Formats: sequence, structure tokens, C-alpha cells
Amino acid sequence: MTEFLSALVSQPFLQISLLAGLLASLGCGVIGTFVVVKRITFLAGGIAHSVLAGMGAAVYFGFDPLLGALIAAIVSALLIGWIRLNWKTQEDTLIGAIWAMGMAVGLLFIAQTPGYTSSLTSYLFGNILLVPEQDVWFMGILDLVLLLIVGLFYRQFLAVIFDEEFARLRGVPVSFFYLLLLCLIAVTVVLLIHVVGLILVIALLTLPAAIAGHYVHSLGWMMLIATVLGSSFTIGGLAISYSPDLPAGPTIILLAGSAYVISAIFSHYRLKRRARQSLSVSS
Amino acid sequence: MSKVIELHKVSFSYGLVPVLQNIDFSVEQGEFLGIVGPNAGGKSTMLKLILGLIKPQTGTVTVLGKKPAQQRTQIGYVPQYPGFARDFPITVEQAVLLGRLGAGRQLGRYNAADYAAVQQALAELEAQDLAQRPISALSGGQLQRILLARALVSDPKILILDEPTANIDMRIESDIFDHLRELNKRLTILVVSHDIAFISDYVSRVACLNRTLVCHTTDTIDGHLIQHLYGEPIRRVAHVH
Repeated sequence: MTEFLSALVSQPFLQISLLAGLLASLGCGVIGTFVVVKRITFLAGGIAHSVLAGMGAAVYFGFDPLLGALIAAIVSALLIGWIRLNWKTQEDTLIGAIWAMGMAVGLLFIAQTPGYTSSLTSYLFGNILLVPEQDVWFMGILDLVLLLIVGLFYRQFLAVIFDEEFARLRGVPVSFFYLLLLCLIAVTVVLLIHVVGLILVIALLTLPAAIAGHYVHSLGWMMLIATVLGSSFTIGGLAISYSPDLPAGPTIILLAGSAYVISAIFSHYRLKRRARQSLSVSS
Repeated sequence: MSKVIELHKVSFSYGLVPVLQNIDFSVEQGEFLGIVGPNAGGKSTMLKLILGLIKPQTGTVTVLGKKPAQQRTQIGYVPQYPGFARDFPITVEQAVLLGRLGAGRQLGRYNAADYAAVQQALAELEAQDLAQRPISALSGGQLQRILLARALVSDPKILILDEPTANIDMRIESDIFDHLRELNKRLTILVVSHDIAFISDYVSRVACLNRTLVCHTTDTIDGHLIQHLYGEPIRRVAHVH
């Protein structure tokens, strides 16, 4: 740990990694809360995995993989959203198909690109230590867009997430905001790719918000606590993995996963105890 | 008196099954109208047509002189089942505030008028003390009042309720209907119910629906009518209120 701290002071690349982790945590705290309470983890997983198609294409055609990821994420978000809104009977099968086909397309592109196979693992599992400085700027802009849109339309998002039919009856354009929400998830997925990679994204997107949901009863608090937790897991995972030279992505995910399991068990027993107490008071 | 809701020769079917056939029906301003009928008789479908959530295959639906979808903000709606998860992390106040969407300004935060409207709606239903509770902590009857408050907070001209008391006990049922009777002084009310005997104490008129409009009457509801509506004699349970 001390080695990590001294490296943090002396090594600019580590400072950039840390900044990238914090920027990603902001996105996962805010949007992850929406994903958790709306229970669309599977949809978010589909968006996250099909992103590989865009990254593979970017590598093959020689443009920025993160830009490719963003385009692919938005396209697959709109596609999945369209399926959800218009083709509900086959929803889960179709999303599963998009999930796998996106990855297959990406793998084919990467296989056809000479000398790029080594980048595959970092797309899949992240490599926070190798975040280019320009990508941090890109992530910062994505965060700003995210916060601006959520800030302006928070009530509409809440209405759509809380009760779609009622929102429609209040004149909220539900389909538009639903698709916009999926696009924000797409942006968040791109934010998280450098940190934990697209396979592990779904854990960092949902676990901090799910833990927060064990303890608070408002979306605002969930977002705040999830952001703090996401930052702690990212920084903690980075610190733990640094000295033994472990990959940071999986370390971060294991840290978040363990915290979630402990919190789930704790809140389960807390609920049981409260139920018992309420009975003993009333009898 | 003017007509606030008009259905003219309306038919609707889900796939091959006709749900409503050739319905001619209207509601006058200030009425307290009960819609009764057997399950799958088309009651909820008729509400959805009036709310503009679905469109009829034939015929026209008019609400306050316009198409239903254009008049949604004039209608307060209380669904049979809440369209949200009971453990959703939201307070009563925030949930009721969502009823203000489409009434006040759209961007950014709520204003003082929105909060005042919520306070007033909760006070009217004697539920002010619930404002800061999470909705997960509400009883069935409390939740029903909150759904009603959410429908009222936009100051609608018409209130539509789909089986508002199907999941709560009798005492709270009459409590809710006492509130509705009070609200009827300023609102047109449309309420769907399966409990024809109970609502006959409150409503000014009853429409009986079983795919077609079986009756549309101000007459007293008697056993003969119920038999006609349900197609077979049913034993009446005595209600004492």
C-alpha cells in the first residue's frame, strides 16, 4: 500500500489512472442507480458486450477504439430499446442474440487485424494503468454530458423509471426518455471500459448502486453513495493490485462483489431482526 | 350540462377477440358514473380508450371535445394496480410530485407551486403525515390514498378510477368513496367496479358493460338487472354500510 502511495505521488501515469477511475465512478453511480431500480441489468449487459463490435471495427479500420465503442454502444442501445418497446414477446432472446453477435463481430474484426490481438484482453478486462491522457479528457466530456442530461430531465427519467404508464398519461414522451436512458447507459459503459473492460462493466455499473439501495430510500442518495462506493472500489482495487502486479480490473470487481455479498447478507439479517422486533413490540 | 366524454360506435379487439362492440356512451359534466360488469367484460379496455392509451378499430372517442391523447393532462387516473415496484426507493412526496409533470414547467426542478399542490392534495385525503415516508412503508389503504393524491395533484377536470378498492378492506373502501363523493362536487368521476351493490350507494348513474353496453341507466339496480348483465342468476350478498 505504501508503495502504491509513493508511486501515486511520483508517477503521473498512476495519477491519470486514478482520475480515470474517479470519472468512471461518477457515471456508474448516477446511471447505475437507474439500471438497478429499473431492473434492466440484462439490457445493460447486452449494450456492454456488443460494444466489442465497435472496438473491433475501430481497430481494423484504424480509428480510435473508444470512439468505436461509443458508436457501437449507442447503436446497440437504440436497437435494444427498439426491441423492448416494439417486440416485447421475444425481448430476452433478441437481446441475448445482440449481446453475442456484437462480441462475435468484434472478435472477427480483431482476428483480421494483424498484430492487435494483445489489445483484446484490455478491451475485455480493462487496463486502467494504460489509460491515455486524451481518453481522460474524453471521459470527462462524457461525464459532463451525462450529468447535464440527467440534471435537466431528472423528473422525466424518474417518472419513466418509476411508472411508465402513469408517465405516459402525464404527457411525458416515455419512449423518447427510455431510449435516452439506454443511450446514457451506453455512454457509461464506454466510461467504464478502460477501468474494468466490457465483460466486467456490468458488475461495476450495478453493484455500488445495489449496495446503496440496501440502506437508503431515495434515488439522489443512492447516486451519491454509489459514486463514493464506486470510487472506493476503483481506488482500493488499484492499490491492492499495484504491488503484486495483479490485473486491476478483476481486483476491482472482486472487491465490489465481496462488498455486495457482505452487504446483502447484512441487510437480509437486519430486515429479519427488525421484523422480529416489530412483532415483539406489538404483542 | 355538457358532455365531457363521448364514445360513438366504438369497437375494439385484442387480436381476434372482440372486447368491446359498438359502444355508444357519454358522460355529462359533474356526473359520478359507475362502470360495472363481469371480469373481461371490457371495463379496463374502455378506460384505456378514454385515456388514449389504445385506439379503437372503429368509432370515435372524444374527451372534452378533443382526441383523448390531447386531453391526458385534464384527466387524473388511479390504476387498479400501482405500475411501480412497492420497494422503489421514493418518498410519498416525490411520488405524488410526479403527478405534476405535464402541469407545471418541464425542465429542471419542481417549484413552490408544485410542492404546494402536493401538500394540498395530501391534506384533502388526510395523508399529510405520510409525505416523508418511503412508499415501501405504506399499507394498502394508505397506498390507495397516495395514488388518488397523485391523480389529483395536477388539478384535473375528470377523475378516472379502475377498481380503486379491489385490494383493500371494506372500512377503507367506504372511506375512499366518501372522499370521492366530496371530490365529485368539483370533478366528473368515472369509477370501474365489480361491486355493483356497494357503488350504487355513491354513484349517480351506472353503465353496465359486457362486451356491449348492456345498460346505461339511472334506474335502481335490482336483481333482475344483475341477472341480465351477468347472464345467470347470482346470489346477492347483503351489504350493510
